[in-house]
Amino acid sequence: MDLMKNTQQGPFLSLMTGLPGGGKTFLGILLAAALLVPVLNIFVPESSSLHVPTYLVSLFGKYLCFALLALSVDLIWGYCGILSLGHGAFFALGGYAMGMYLMRQIGDRGVYGNPELPDFMVFLNWTELPWYWYGFDMFPFALLMVVLVPGILAFVFGWFAFRARVTGVYLSIITQAMTYALLLAFFRNDMGFGGNNGLTDFKDILGFDLQADGTRLGLFVASILALALGYLISSFITQSKLGRVLIAIRDAESRTRFSGYRVEYYKLFVFVVSAVLAGIAGALYVPQVGIINPSEFSPANSIEVVIWVAVGGRGTLWGAVLGAVLVNWGKSYFTGAFPDAWLYLLGGLFVFTTLFLPKGIVGTSGIWIEKFKNLRQSDPPLAPRSPVVKED
Amino acid sequence: MLGLRKVAGLVAGAAMMATSALGLGAAQAADDVIKVGVLHSLSGTMAISETTLKDAVLMMVDDLNKNGGLLGKKVEAVVVDPASDWPLFAEKARELIEVEKVDVVFGCWTSVSRKSVLPVFEELNSMLFYPVQYEGEESSRNVFYTGAAPNQQAIPAVEYLMSEEGGNVKRWVLAGTDYVYPRTTNKILEAFLKSKGVADEDIMISYTPFGHSDWQTIVSDIKKFGSEGKKTAVVSTINGDANVPFYKELGNQGIEASDIPVVAFSVGEEELAGLDTGPLVGHLAAWNYFMSVEDENNDTFIKKWHAFIGDEDRVTNDPMEATYIGFKMWEQAVKQAGTTDIDAVRQAMYGQEVKNLTGGTAVMNSNHHLSKPVLIGEIQDDGQIETVWSTDGVVKGDAWSDFIPESAKLTADWTYPFVCGGCEKAMY
Amino acid sequence: MRIEFKTLLAGLLLVFAIQFSAQAQSFDSAAEGLLAKSYKDKIQAVEIIAATGDARSAPLLEALLAGDLFTRKSDKLLVIGNKASGGYDIVNALTGEALGSVKKREVRKIRINNKMRGLIKGLLGGLTLLNDDPNLRLKAADAVFKSRPAEMRTPIEQALATETDPTVTKALERTLAALKLTHAQSSEEQLAAVEMLEGMADPQVKSLLSAEGRKLQAIKDPTDAELQLALAVDAALAKIDEKLAFLNIIENIFQGVSLGSVLLLAAIGLAITFGVMGVINMAHGEMVMIGAYTTYMVQQLFLNFAPDMMNFSLLVAIPAAFLVSGACGIGIERSIIRFLYGRPLETLLATWGLSLILQQFVRTIFGPTNKEVSSPDWLSGTWEVTGGLALTYNRIGIILFAAAVLILLMLVLRKTAFGLQMRAVTQNRQMAASMGIRTGWVDAMTFGLGSGVAGMAGVALSQIDNVSPNLGQAYIIDSFMVVVFGGVGNLWGTLVGALSLGITNKFLEPYTGAVLAKILVLVVIILFIQKRPRGLFALKGRAVEN
Repeated sequence: MDLMKNTQQGPFLSLMTGLPGGGKTFLGILLAAALLVPVLNIFVPESSSLHVPTYLVSLFGKYLCFALLALSVDLIWGYCGILSLGHGAFFALGGYAMGMYLMRQIGDRGVYGNPELPDFMVFLNWTELPWYWYGFDMFPFALLMVVLVPGILAFVFGWFAFRARVTGVYLSIITQAMTYALLLAFFRNDMGFGGNNGLTDFKDILGFDLQADGTRLGLFVASILALALGYLISSFITQSKLGRVLIAIRDAESRTRFSGYRVEYYKLFVFVVSAVLAGIAGALYVPQVGIINPSEFSPANSIEVVIWVAVGGRGTLWGAVLGAVLVNWGKSYFTGAFPDAWLYLLGGLFVFTTLFLPKGIVGTSGIWIEKFKNLRQSDPPLAPRSPVVKED
Repeated sequence: MLGLRKVAGLVAGAAMMATSALGLGAAQAADDVIKVGVLHSLSGTMAISETTLKDAVLMMVDDLNKNGGLLGKKVEAVVVDPASDWPLFAEKARELIEVEKVDVVFGCWTSVSRKSVLPVFEELNSMLFYPVQYEGEESSRNVFYTGAAPNQQAIPAVEYLMSEEGGNVKRWVLAGTDYVYPRTTNKILEAFLKSKGVADEDIMISYTPFGHSDWQTIVSDIKKFGSEGKKTAVVSTINGDANVPFYKELGNQGIEASDIPVVAFSVGEEELAGLDTGPLVGHLAAWNYFMSVEDENNDTFIKKWHAFIGDEDRVTNDPMEATYIGFKMWEQAVKQAGTTDIDAVRQAMYGQEVKNLTGGTAVMNSNHHLSKPVLIGEIQDDGQIETVWSTDGVVKGDAWSDFIPESAKLTADWTYPFVCGGCEKAMY
Repeated sequence: MRIEFKTLLAGLLLVFAIQFSAQAQSFDSAAEGLLAKSYKDKIQAVEIIAATGDARSAPLLEALLAGDLFTRKSDKLLVIGNKASGGYDIVNALTGEALGSVKKREVRKIRINNKMRGLIKGLLGGLTLLNDDPNLRLKAADAVFKSRPAEMRTPIEQALATETDPTVTKALERTLAALKLTHAQSSEEQLAAVEMLEGMADPQVKSLLSAEGRKLQAIKDPTDAELQLALAVDAALAKIDEKLAFLNIIENIFQGVSLGSVLLLAAIGLAITFGVMGVINMAHGEMVMIGAYTTYMVQQLFLNFAPDMMNFSLLVAIPAAFLVSGACGIGIERSIIRFLYGRPLETLLATWGLSLILQQFVRTIFGPTNKEVSSPDWLSGTWEVTGGLALTYNRIGIILFAAAVLILLMLVLRKTAFGLQMRAVTQNRQMAASMGIRTGWVDAMTFGLGSGVAGMAGVALSQIDNVSPNLGQAYIIDSFMVVVFGGVGNLWGTLVGALSLGITNKFLEPYTGAVLAKILVLVVIILFIQKRPRGLFALKGRAVEN
């Protein structure tokens, strides 16, 4: 972790100055959480009301991964107008890369005691490790793959799609087709990724026991740092000139193209960055939940991510994070408190948000604050309807 | 041997009782309810099957409370909805154990959901009762498997079809949904069939995705495969949802049970309730329980179920019986141990006996699997399944199949001296 | 002379009486044999019952086959039970004496297994070969073909002599040939039978011939006649295989078209709500589901109030599903969608939330389990085009239904005032409004139309798939693929898209398996969209850009 912090020191500082006020607060909260939660988990006795139980640590660790995923979707949807209904695929691929590493770490501690092959391969009569599993016993290689696999897929997919000028709903639907095809592919046991059961039974990561509280905290902190890093990268992109072009593409693609910008390259770049972020989120998610299986590829999951962003506020980076955490917290809470009625509440929330909070929680509250300020200054009232983000 | 284990269990139970009597269990005595976690999907793709099991557990809890509760305490069911989302299963399991502090959990249906929660139960040393037939190859200290293992369903069914009475089947189609249960079962069956001299060309294996709905091609393939002049049967491990369109297609293409019988391991009364079974009469199912079985306990159970659910048309099925047996066993084990402490109850579970609903007695073995009878039945036009064959006694569930070389070596036995879910040698 | 005649008559009567009572006795004792535990004994009993020729044997065996034969637990009496509320009305199976009604658990069903079932069908076949109903005769002929008891040869020959219906004649000929082959009286006869069967290529004949061929090959020192027969069988099998391979292609196309029509039905409503209105309607699948549940409700109504008319419930369900789903659609449009025009991606979010609510709503009301929607008789079974090519009626029905829906929809859009207004509003809302079209009303009706069509798709899907709260989810992605592949806003595109996806899928499936076929189709769609970013039939012009 120290290593990570040091290398991030330089750009971190230079970026901080360019961040908007909300962003600084947000990063502050994240870092405070990274420091406080471990302290409250370890040093505060369980009886105290300030104690953070491990249950909550791993729960929030999971939310943070979702937040990073939401951030990656917001980067392309909120700032570049690319609505991906298949971002879960990049998330899952990152997760699988990490899962494969964790699987190899089990070694001969599997039920059949085979040092080379994961259990599911042993009982499906595989005799040797398929080539695409090579190298995953090394953590650096697995990390590389976490970044490369989603990145390359996004590059290839984007290369074709953006050059062919597939836009709008068509793009959304083919991203959905992509994740659906991957879902079906990973379901197949012949693929060598454990079929429907996916990869489970993980024991440890880098030699640390996954069940240990310390490891959980470590992963939690790593998730926070990854989210903070993702946030910094995203705000760097959106604040830069590049970001202006992206917004121009979102609002008027043809006009931007006619102004001489190679729209497809801008789109491709941000799409790949977003996919890599999603992959990292997936890689952090897997050791915390202990399983990766094809259902992560399901189109419904990807749609849900878009909804988190919409609820939080599209086009505001920390809105996406807020949306992801809020919706998932709601889901966790409602499925326990109202097991029979939670879908009404969740569904109702989505309908309510789109109807009454068109810019999401963050965007709409921003407008209300503006209105409130204007009222205080007794300026003439704003136009009756707030301008909404225009779709293409 | 069994007697010895029982004694060991009793001693351990008594020891626990003594410690709790001495006031060491004060923390537990403070709350006057025993909490039972229910971890079944109430929404999403699996709600179709799992909701019934949630209701079954609620019914059992209700019944228990009416009869004065357990250890003088009220029993309370804590229901959560893991929404057919596998990582959510793990999260909810942790919530039940850590936050709700439940004493036992009844739940899961799919293998993947069980795999997902397994580490949680092992880490927090809690107890899960898993009520569905499954692929075996597992025995966790923290899970009791009350559904059938492959040797309690698949092998007897195939043996029956090979017999004179079952139609002397010589040619086999193994059709399944592409996931671990059908894969393992088919692997076991393939090895078994070959050991009985069935040639390679007489076995056809086909896998389909979950929720497969267009069965035209596969059913006509089956028809063609069956036209080679040898008696052919289909062994179906097709999962829940996909069965209805599969059977509809079978019926429409006019494949009758007397031509090509289909024996299914995942089709029970509940699945048949969504079908017009007229064209399916005579197709087979292998389970440990059928609603049609005439038995006093079964009648009582069905009556209670109808009263509880408020609908005379609702059916009962095998996983419900497995839930019933599991719940009863847990109840008895808690009474025997005098506490809900996980380790004490676990010790008391071994050798625990419950009258099952088909006559006879189910016994919990030290490999955490049950000994149960195996029934083979034919589908009737009223959606019921009538027994046509059953094992003479009970069959002991095998955690590790003898037909998979790597697993044949392994033994599961959680009592001394083995104390292991999958070892080649005893631990002690 | 007179005395002689009298004694003769008396003697004859006596003989008759003895024979009759012996027959009656053997029938009664054989019927008792049905109470045996082992299926072997029961099979014997069934054979004896059929052999007695007693008039009571046919109804008894029919009851046994239908599962209506019981034994009363109190006195082990054999009774025939008819379902009544809470139990059965029973009559004595041997005497026909009515015995009142009993509770379910007071009687025990006489169980039969598949082997017995096949046997009884064959035996009953002998008894119904001369029935007035040609369908029953056909079934009888087929049943005898399957079980092939040697003693059926004469009855089949007799039946063939009097048979007038061509289909039944053919079936009888097939059965006779099978009997001649398996219970040969001479080798010439066998050869003739093989020749006869060669012309009737179907899987069952193939099965029979393969079995014969295998038997012949197993003979160690075959005679010339046997060798000749073996060669003839081989030749016949080769010919049949050739014919079946050709029929296989036709079957594949049919299956592809039928899958295509399912896709078309599922997608065509979406082609309106999404294609024409631009609403990304994620609740489309739920409209289909509501249609399927409406079918279930209509069927329940028929079951309770007009059980004799059950066969027509589906016809009533079609408009009912259209109305119910359509009304839901209008409700949704008025309460939610109309606030979101111009923001298509937000309609996605709202309708997604809505689909969650609708699923849970249906789950709450109907329960999470599958509901049974039975097929009417006229949609059950297969149509034997020729031997070896059997098309199922329900698939044919769905193809015709899809075509009908498409044509109707086209007519509505092209030929009615509403269709004109709808197209006007889609193309230029302001202009349409200033021409006096109530755009709000048109929007609501259009959405209602799309939803209603989805509901009708639900009626069709209830015939082939689960009726469960998850029904819609299974089709939503495929529907979007079809609409986008075909080109948004174009019904022809939807048609071509659905059919080409269906047929491609079905042609790939035998080679790749169901899963890979589907994956390949998805990849094809993704690549195709790169080539034609706006689908097969793209709308052209300025309107497209916005």
